[in-house]
Amino acid sequence: MCLAIPGKIVGFEERDGSRTGRVQFGGIVKQVCLDFVPEAALDDYVLVHVGFALTVVDREEAEKTYALLESMGMLAEDLRPDPAKPEKSS
Amino acid sequence: MKYLDEYRDGRIARALAADIREKSTRPWVLMEICGGQTHTLMRYGIDELLGESVQLVHGPGCPVCVTPLETIDRAIALARRPGVTLVSYGDMLRVPGSETDLFHVKSEGGDVRIVYSPLAALDLARTMPGRQVVFFAIGFETTAPAHAMTVLQAAREGLSNFSLLSSHVLVPPAIRLLLGSPHNRVQGFIAPGHVCTVMGYAEYAELVREFRVPIVVGGFEPLDLLEAIAMLVAQLEAGRAEAENQYTRSVTYEGNRPAQAAVERVFEVCDQKWRGIGPIAQSGLRPRPEFAAFDAERIFNIGEMHSEEPPECISALVLQGLRKPTDCTAFGTRCTPEKPLGAPMVSSEGACAAYYQYRRHLVTL
Repeated sequence: MCLAIPGKIVGFEERDGSRTGRVQFGGIVKQVCLDFVPEAALDDYVLVHVGFALTVVDREEAEKTYALLESMGMLAEDLRPDPAKPEKSS
Repeated sequence: MKYLDEYRDGRIARALAADIREKSTRPWVLMEICGGQTHTLMRYGIDELLGESVQLVHGPGCPVCVTPLETIDRAIALARRPGVTLVSYGDMLRVPGSETDLFHVKSEGGDVRIVYSPLAALDLARTMPGRQVVFFAIGFETTAPAHAMTVLQAAREGLSNFSLLSSHVLVPPAIRLLLGSPHNRVQGFIAPGHVCTVMGYAEYAELVREFRVPIVVGGFEPLDLLEAIAMLVAQLEAGRAEAENQYTRSVTYEGNRPAQAAVERVFEVCDQKWRGIGPIAQSGLRPRPEFAAFDAERIFNIGEMHSEEPPECISALVLQGLRKPTDCTAFGTRCTPEKPLGAPMVSSEGACAAYYQYRRHLVTL
């Protein structure tokens, strides 16, 4: 449940009054709420939990964590698209 | 990629483990609080790598596992109501209630949906104004800010068909309870890295002062955990008790202030029951009265529930670190992830599920 995955901010948009980022996890891009990380900039890596960025992570650290999680096969499980709503961005 | 290879390098892990074994003069008993960390420890066999030098005890940090049985039954009751769409994280669907689970309610025609983010539940509420969308909001401090922000967004939009069935738990009161127990054997704690990403670790420094027990905030990768264990053993061997941070790439002492502010705005601390453990004072969060319009407990009259755990399930003892999953007579036979008796067999972060996945060979069937 507390799994948080680092992804790279590849764009910004305003969504429902919140600052939202387009965040890339490997080959998948998802919309992520950036309200908790006002300092986050383009190309920053953020640690994402249930659609919200919780912190800005150092890039080197993020890439290595990501690769490790990918190797554990957990990334695919956690980023499974919502059955409730097809992801537009993936 | 040198940095990456080092981080995944089994040789480094073995070297770290050898160092811990060498420096341990006795079998220190350490607890990792978070179920995600339990999963990593089992997945990589870190407990086996450490041999007798350290005994790892698994903590209650699996929100799916500690959500009270009554609350599962309340979610099931809501999901059965016409006009209600119950939205939940995927893990919750197979968690057994007293008589059934949400998965069965869905198969019987109940409108139960799975989402990855609470914001997707908000989308459902927007697109189905004629239905009451209830989000089953379970989680620790890591997840509470997302739920708080979702309520604030719903309030901004004036949505009248969105609410939370809230079941939030807080880590420090649970550690305090474990340390205060006469049965406690734990001599050092790995604090949960993502909870501390939100909350910082000032509360853990308080626990260190109160109980003179070392606590190290740890990450979730094998080398993170080995490093955290090495830091704990170094403290114990030196007779020190300090709050330290291994997971520096994510955790600061102060934590994430905007996330804390959102939680503070929407929720208030309350007494909370933990499945398998019982009530713990001031260990939960519930929506403040001013957000009553988004509190499913206040909107729907669910009534009293009488809930009973299956007698054979020892999840209560497992969640407190007093027994291993493999001590259970039902483990791997009458209780499996496909047909669980208790919640720790359901969630991938539950200790029983982690043992089932990686340690089944230890059990003679």
